[in-house]
Amino acid sequence: MALTAQEIDHIARLARLQLTDEQKVLYREQLSHILDYIAKLRQLDTANVPPTAGGGLTQMELRPDGSRPSLPTKVLLENAPDSEADQFKIPPVFE
Amino acid sequence: MTSLTDLSLSQMQAGLTSGEFSSRDLVQAALDRITRLEPSLHAFLHLAGPRALKQAEAADAQRKGQSSRPVSPLLGIPVAIKDVLTVEGLPCTCGSKILEGFIPPFTATSVQHLTEAGMIVIGKTNTDEFAMGSSTENSAYGVTHNPWDLGRVPGGSSGGSAAAVAARYVPAALGTDTGGSVRQPASFCGVTGLKTTYGRVSRYGLVAFGSSLDTVGAFGRSAQDVAAVFSAMAGHDPLDATSAQVAVPAISLEAATGSKAEMPLGGLKIGVPKEYSIPGTQPAVEEMTRAAVDVLKALGAEIRPVSLPHTEYALPVYYIIAPAEASANLARFDGVRYGPRAPARDMPEVFYRTRGERFGPEVTRRIMIGTYALSAGYYDAYYGQAQKVRTLIRRDFEAAFQEVDLIAAPTAPGTAFEIGAHANDPLAMYLEDVFTLPANLAGVPGISFNVGFDQRNLPVGLQLIGPYFREDLLLCAAHAYQQVTDWHVRAPAL
Repeated sequence: MALTAQEIDHIARLARLQLTDEQKVLYREQLSHILDYIAKLRQLDTANVPPTAGGGLTQMELRPDGSRPSLPTKVLLENAPDSEADQFKIPPVFE
Repeated sequence: MTSLTDLSLSQMQAGLTSGEFSSRDLVQAALDRITRLEPSLHAFLHLAGPRALKQAEAADAQRKGQSSRPVSPLLGIPVAIKDVLTVEGLPCTCGSKILEGFIPPFTATSVQHLTEAGMIVIGKTNTDEFAMGSSTENSAYGVTHNPWDLGRVPGGSSGGSAAAVAARYVPAALGTDTGGSVRQPASFCGVTGLKTTYGRVSRYGLVAFGSSLDTVGAFGRSAQDVAAVFSAMAGHDPLDATSAQVAVPAISLEAATGSKAEMPLGGLKIGVPKEYSIPGTQPAVEEMTRAAVDVLKALGAEIRPVSLPHTEYALPVYYIIAPAEASANLARFDGVRYGPRAPARDMPEVFYRTRGERFGPEVTRRIMIGTYALSAGYYDAYYGQAQKVRTLIRRDFEAAFQEVDLIAAPTAPGTAFEIGAHANDPLAMYLEDVFTLPANLAGVPGISFNVGFDQRNLPVGLQLIGPYFREDLLLCAAHAYQQVTDWHVRAPAL
């Protein structure tokens, strides 16, 4: 199944990836090739098969929904590219 | 005289207990060997030399102070950690430029268990970017070379950890296995590698790739050494909602199933799946793995054919589910909270440029596939259908384990390939994992260990796959094999 150039642009936009023109050409070809391969799955009739959502875990227990201590703000901001007044600092969202 | 780095984990334990050498001696010997060989291997991304020496001195002091009481069997033993698991204060890049300079403020639970048991983290090992790959060639920081042949890959994605154990840097290392990333490099590097049951080991502090597939595993030179590390790190963790509340049994390697010493695997049924005999498997791999199954038979196991009919669908299912989950997990790398940020005028440009410039080709490819598979109009046809076929694959294993105790198969269709061999063909690289992916889709544990060498002196791995939470059975069977063979003690000439 060949993806169109418009579809590649659409996927890249959804994924928030800036691609070069060369990358777009390359990924269009490679993704089409990979999608052809995985299309094999459509051969199987799965009308009455339930999906497996987790990794095969049959029981999972939720913890009580209470407050827990977390790392201090100062520590969490140490890896931030930019911060101010105990907050992450970012460029404007809207012009 | 053998050097300290030649010693296995169990031999190190014995020497530390008898006082023959100190933990500081072990760590210093490891660091010396790493300094000498890293220019040709590149197994590590970050070394923790001074910190490790300090911890070794503390371990030695603790041992002296407790001479009358028993100490942890892992006290003072060096270990290496794959760079997708966090260790507080040590860089964690996941082999990616998007996490360049990131210093995590907390330690992964799996690592925490090991350090609490006294193990000393020597450094963080190389990996394909975000564990996506089968060769470490996708690391943004350069490939790791296979200790058996420097022109070849060590496998991946945990190739740095496998190479670090094979090269006798460290007696044990942690890796992660999402589609074969512990077992395949274990096979390529001739070491023992355990992929644990989904939910068996906490993933708190593991940077997520495919959340329904990711598992933490361990490398060592023998099943005995791997068992020691596994026992220390397995178990429920309240910090990971997907960690199972299933008790971890004390593993007694001598107590497999048989009662007679010469037949330690007596009564054990091992299935050989016919679907794992595929064209393209190297003759040496077929030959050595068949010979290994004969050894298991001679140890008392009953060998019988078994069928996993949906095996051929595992690869397409995996290459929908893993990228889909990766595309969601990697959305968090956006240049806001950690890692570098590309210069930009506004916020959307921060996202597009930071991600576009800092993710490597394979990660970008998988984010694209996953985004497409989850996008409006395609979800049912791709992700939905893959989840259903995944059920069929899981049922194959559940049915097989009604008939047999373990399944035996080659770990990979071939031995280590040359660096660059699959550079322009992502699908050819994906096919490297054809024998390991099914266990991840089903969530069951597996182990790979060295069962011989091909004509180029490259290691061949046999994989055993077991029922949920039966790592003990895998380790016992591999241990029994290693008691009567010596492939696992062979070392590369470096």
